[in-house]
Amino acid sequence: MKWEYSPAPESRAIADIKDRYMPFIDGAFKEGGGEDRDTINPGTGERLSTVSTVNAEDIDRAVTAARRAYQNVWSTMPGAERGKYLFRIARAIAERSRELAVVETLDNGKPIKETRDFDVPAAAQHFFYHAGWADKLQHLGLGRAPQPLGVAGQVIPWNFPLLMAAWKIAPALAAGNTVVIKPAETTPLSILVLAEIIADAELPPGVVNIITGAGDVGSTLVNHLGIDKVAFTGSTAVGRRIQRELAGTGRKITLELGGKGANIVFEDAAQDQAVEGIINGIFFNQGQVCCAGSRLLLQESIADEFVERLKQRVETLRVGDPMDKNTDVGAINSEAQLSRITALMDAGIAEGAELWSSSCPLPKNGFYLSPSIFTSATPSMRIAREEIFGPVLTTMTFRTPDEAVTKANNSPYGLSAGVWTEKGSRAMGMAAALRAGVIWDNTFNRFDPAASFGGYKESGFGREGGPSGLAAYLDTDDEAVAQ
Amino acid sequence: MTHLAVSKTYKLFIGGAFPRSESGRTYQARDNKGNFMANAALASRKDLRDAVVAARKGYAAWSKATTYNRGQVIYRIAEMLEGRRTEFIELIMISTGASSKEAAEEVDTSIDRHVHYAGWTDKLAAVLGSANPVSSPHFSYSAPEATGVVGILAPTGSPLLGLISVIAPVITGGNACVVIAAESDPCVAMTFAEVAATSDVPAGVINILTGRISELAPHLAAHADVNALDLTGTSVELRKALEQAAAETVKRVYVPKGVPDFMVAPGTARLRSFLEIKTVWHPTGALSLSGGSSY
Repeated sequence: MKWEYSPAPESRAIADIKDRYMPFIDGAFKEGGGEDRDTINPGTGERLSTVSTVNAEDIDRAVTAARRAYQNVWSTMPGAERGKYLFRIARAIAERSRELAVVETLDNGKPIKETRDFDVPAAAQHFFYHAGWADKLQHLGLGRAPQPLGVAGQVIPWNFPLLMAAWKIAPALAAGNTVVIKPAETTPLSILVLAEIIADAELPPGVVNIITGAGDVGSTLVNHLGIDKVAFTGSTAVGRRIQRELAGTGRKITLELGGKGANIVFEDAAQDQAVEGIINGIFFNQGQVCCAGSRLLLQESIADEFVERLKQRVETLRVGDPMDKNTDVGAINSEAQLSRITALMDAGIAEGAELWSSSCPLPKNGFYLSPSIFTSATPSMRIAREEIFGPVLTTMTFRTPDEAVTKANNSPYGLSAGVWTEKGSRAMGMAAALRAGVIWDNTFNRFDPAASFGGYKESGFGREGGPSGLAAYLDTDDEAVAQ
Repeated sequence: MTHLAVSKTYKLFIGGAFPRSESGRTYQARDNKGNFMANAALASRKDLRDAVVAARKGYAAWSKATTYNRGQVIYRIAEMLEGRRTEFIELIMISTGASSKEAAEEVDTSIDRHVHYAGWTDKLAAVLGSANPVSSPHFSYSAPEATGVVGILAPTGSPLLGLISVIAPVITGGNACVVIAAESDPCVAMTFAEVAATSDVPAGVINILTGRISELAPHLAAHADVNALDLTGTSVELRKALEQAAAETVKRVYVPKGVPDFMVAPGTARLRSFLEIKTVWHPTGALSLSGGSSY
C-alpha cells in the first residue's frame, strides 16, 4: 500500500527568530566579548541566527553575579518563595510552548511533533515538579535542613536543548543554588528564549546566568574557582576529562554521559508492540539520545521474522522537513554529527556487518540520514560497542536469557536497557540483572521528573529527577569530622 | 619449662584464602615503641589484580544474596568480633600504645557499628528508593543497587575502628571490596580478615592487602574492573593523582571532607556513595484495573 501525505508545515512565524541573540548575565542580555557564532537550521542547512558568545571576563562576571545572588538573595529566601518563582517559570513555558517548540525545531532539527509533544511540555513539567520540592527539602531523608552547595556550573548538550536546561536549572534552584549554564554551540536559541521567560518571571538577577560559546567556554566554566558544583551532560570523553580536571578540588560532580542501550526482545514478546518500541528506542530524535536503544538483541528463534517486520515498519517512517507535522524523523543536528555517524557506519560495513537503510526520499538541503539497521553484527564490532548517536540500529542475537544479560551488560556503558516479553517474572528478573540506570519493560524512552535518570559505569554518576536528583544539588555529607 | 611463643605469619586475604604475596616480599610491622611485632606480606600489583578478580566473583554472589541474609552475615561479624574482643584489645594496645580503656572502647564501638550496619541492609531500598508517580500509564520505581567492586584505602589511626568503618558501609550495600590496609597496622587488619573469613562472608566480598599504599593505590585507582574508590586513607598529595586515574573509567570516588571521627555514629554518606539508583518502568495500560493507584 502506498501512503501519500500532503505537506503539513508548522508556521515559523510564531518563533519570531531574531537576527542576533546575546548571553544572559546578571539579569540582563549583554553583548559578549567573544566572537559571534552563526547557528544553523539543520533542516535546511541555512543560517538561522547569530549568537554573541562570551569570553573569560564574561564568565567571571557570570560567576560573580551567581555568587552574589546566592549569598544575598537565593540561599536566604524561604523555600516556599523559591518554589513560587519556579512555578511561575513552569507556567510561562507552557504559555509560550508553541513558540518554544518552533524555535527548538528550527535550531535543533528534530521533528515539530517531538518538540511540541515532548521537549517543551516535559521542560515545563520539570520546573513544576521541582518547584514543589523547594520548601520540602527536609523530607528528602538527607537531614533536617539540607544545605545548598552554592554556585553550580552546568554544561548541556544539543540533543534536548530546552529540556536539558530544565533538568539542570530546576533542581539546582529548588535546592537553593544559583547557576551559570552553557548551552551547546549548535543549539543556543531555546535557552535564550527561556532567559526571557526567566526575566519576565522577575527571578532575581544572577540566579540564572546563561553563557554562550563552544567547548572552550564550557571548559573554562567547569574549571572556574568560583564554582561549587559541576553538572555535565554530554559525551563520555568530555565527562572523563572534566572528572580528571576536577581531581583533588573536592567539587561535587554529576556526569550524565554516553550509552549503548540494549533493547532485548524475547520470543514471547508482543511483536507488533515491540517493533514500535524498538523504533521509538532508536529513531526518536534521530537516535541522538544518550539512552537510545541502539543495540537490538533478538532471541534467535524470532530474529529473521522480527527483522523483516522491523524493516517494513521503518520503511513507513517519514523522514524530512522537521517543521512538517507528519515528519517522524527529522534532521541530524549538524554536518559534523552527520559525518561522525557515517564514519561509524563505514566502520560497520568494513567490519562485515550487513547494512540496510530505508528507501525513503531525503530532502536535498539540510543534514539527513535514512533510518538504518545493521544485521549480522558481532559484539566486538565498533558499531556494537561505540555510541553512534544517530538513527542507526545494530542487531545481534541470543539464545538464552543468561546470554542476553551477558551480552547486554558487556559494555563499559550502563545507561539504559529495554526488555520485551509477555512474561512478568522474566521482565522483572531481567530488570534486576541488567546493569543500567534505567530499565524499560515493554516500553522505551519514557521520562518523568518524578523518576530518577542516570547511568551506571562509564555512563556517569549522580541522578537527575526524583529525590536522588535533588541530592545532587545538596550538601549531603553527614560524616562527623575530628577536630 | 618456659613456653617459647609461636609468632604468627601475617598473610594476605584474597578470595577467602590467606595466600602469601606472589612476590615473596614481606615488611616488618612495628609497635608504637618501634619494636618488631611481626612480618607482614608486602603485596604486589599482581596480588592486587588477583584481589580484584576475587572481588568481582564475590560481588556476583553477595549482590544476589537477600538483604536479610546480608544483614545476618554482617551481624555475624559482630558476634565473631565480640568473641575475640580480648585479642583485639591487646593487639591494639601493643600496636598503637592505646590504654586498655581506649582500646576496649575502639573494639566495642567496632562491634556496635556492625550491628548498626546489619540493620541497614533491608532498609536501604525503603529509605533511598521511591515509587515514582509518573504522569503516564506506567508503574515506575527507583531502588538502590550495589555499585560493584569498591577499592578502599583504609585510614591510619584507629586500626580496627578505622578499617571496619570503611568496609562495613560498602558491603552493607551489596558491594565487594579490595582494601589496602593502613601500612602501619597490618596485624590488626589481618586479624580482622580472620574474623571476616569465619563470619559466613562469601569468598571475595572482603579482600585485604597489606603493603605500601603509594605502590598499590595507583594500580587500584586505574583498574578498569574497579567501579568505585574510597580515598579515606590517602594523603592529600596522593589524592589528586588517584582521582585523575579514577576518571579514566568514570569511577565513583568518595573523599571525606576532613579526618573522619569514627567514634561518632555514622550518617548515610558512605552508604550512598557506593549505591546506584536504578529506575524501572513497566506499562499498566491506559485503563488501570487497579483504580488509579498503579504507581
